[in-house]
Amino acid sequence: MTTTALTAAQAGLVSCETCSLLSRPAGGAESGYCPRCGGELAQRHHHSIQYTWALVIAAAICYIPANVLPILTTNTLGSTESDTIMGGVVLLYRTGSWPLALIVLVASVMVPLGKLVALSYLLISVQRGSIKSNQDRTRLYRVVEFIGRWSMLDVFVATFTVALIQLQPLMSMEPAPGVLFFAAVVVLTMIAAESFDPRLIWDTPNGRQGHHG
Amino acid sequence: MRGLPLKRRRIVVLCLSFRPAYHRDGPGAERTSMTRPPAETVACPDCDLLQRIPELAPGAKARCARCGHVLASQSADPLDRPLALTLAAAIVFIVANTASLMGLSAVGRHASTTIPNGAYEMWLQGQEITAVIVAFCAVIAPGAYILFMLTVLLALRRPPAPHWVGEMLRWGNSMQPWSMGEVMILGILVALIKIAELATVDAGIGMYAVGGLVVLFAAIAITFDPREVWRRVEWADGRVPPRAGAGEATGAGAGR
Repeated sequence: MTTTALTAAQAGLVSCETCSLLSRPAGGAESGYCPRCGGELAQRHHHSIQYTWALVIAAAICYIPANVLPILTTNTLGSTESDTIMGGVVLLYRTGSWPLALIVLVASVMVPLGKLVALSYLLISVQRGSIKSNQDRTRLYRVVEFIGRWSMLDVFVATFTVALIQLQPLMSMEPAPGVLFFAAVVVLTMIAAESFDPRLIWDTPNGRQGHHG
Repeated sequence: MRGLPLKRRRIVVLCLSFRPAYHRDGPGAERTSMTRPPAETVACPDCDLLQRIPELAPGAKARCARCGHVLASQSADPLDRPLALTLAAAIVFIVANTASLMGLSAVGRHASTTIPNGAYEMWLQGQEITAVIVAFCAVIAPGAYILFMLTVLLALRRPPAPHWVGEMLRWGNSMQPWSMGEVMILGILVALIKIAELATVDAGIGMYAVGGLVVLFAAIAITFDPREVWRRVEWADGRVPPRAGAGEATGAGAGR
């Protein structure tokens, strides 16, 4: 058990992201194409850190209007009422379905915020060349990847509420601008998680491998 | 079901026989013939550690020795069972998108909605981009996933599978994270409960179909083994005969 672990990069090999075939990179600046599936090869995602930062920042900017602007407008016989995401949570809580209120609160408010914080932490730790708790950071990345889609919940709720409640002139619902920003946050953070390359967590600045836990 | 975790085995064998990647139109189009790389040496997609995947019993999984990523899971029947499930999913998908999701009765009026109608209503109300996102996650991505999987699984029945099968699998994989059936069904339930405060609502057939679709998608993901596809497709560089002849699957002991 004293043999050292070897990564594909250290061995001068590149692993295909589509079919996981190992091959030797073609010469030149680019790694070339996978001989089996024809997918483009790259040692690591191109500009992974820059792209992920850009997407995280864009999502963080959208997160503010997503929570401040209303996502639904209710028209009831002449009176108009607007609801933000938090307003929707409070409404659910008041009408007695607190488990649902909790689900919506977690999916719509906490998950997007948690994703932004987690991705920023991963990016900063990679940029500082940290070699600590690699396994935990990889696990954190997997959680971010897994839960991202669940934030879409409120967009679906708004969609089907709007589609069903069209009883003019008695009562009708309209989507408000907040829903667009909210959907943008979800889509941007999902792409950000995809563009982050978890192998960067394990790469060390001087090519030395950290201890194996 | 956790199966065999990979023993902490370090693979230090530097295999010089790895096939080189190629530039599509660049020089070096002709290549010398080389021996095949050892069957199941892979680099972990999450941490890049080189390791060999051992032979797995059906239902077993191999995890990365370092980061725990599931490198491979052996399905008892990696092609026929997913095909049956995908065919079922195609039928259920059509029902889910045409049947009424839920209905509403209030003051003597009745209204109902379907999934495409929900996205369309968003569009009509001036939220075009949101409508497109909803339509993509609720209809287009799952539909495309079913279509690509169906094409891949049907094409594989007559080996050697042409090279475009791999391309289809790649597209299918990229659709997967965007197909949000399980999120949608939770969204429908929350909407139902919210509206139930205002009027009488009833769940329609479409909603049960979405539920069925979620279960079928999970079952496809569990039974399908992409490694089986790559064993059967023609290589992109065209030089290599596909590894698997009719029904033969080397290394994994799965093709029966």
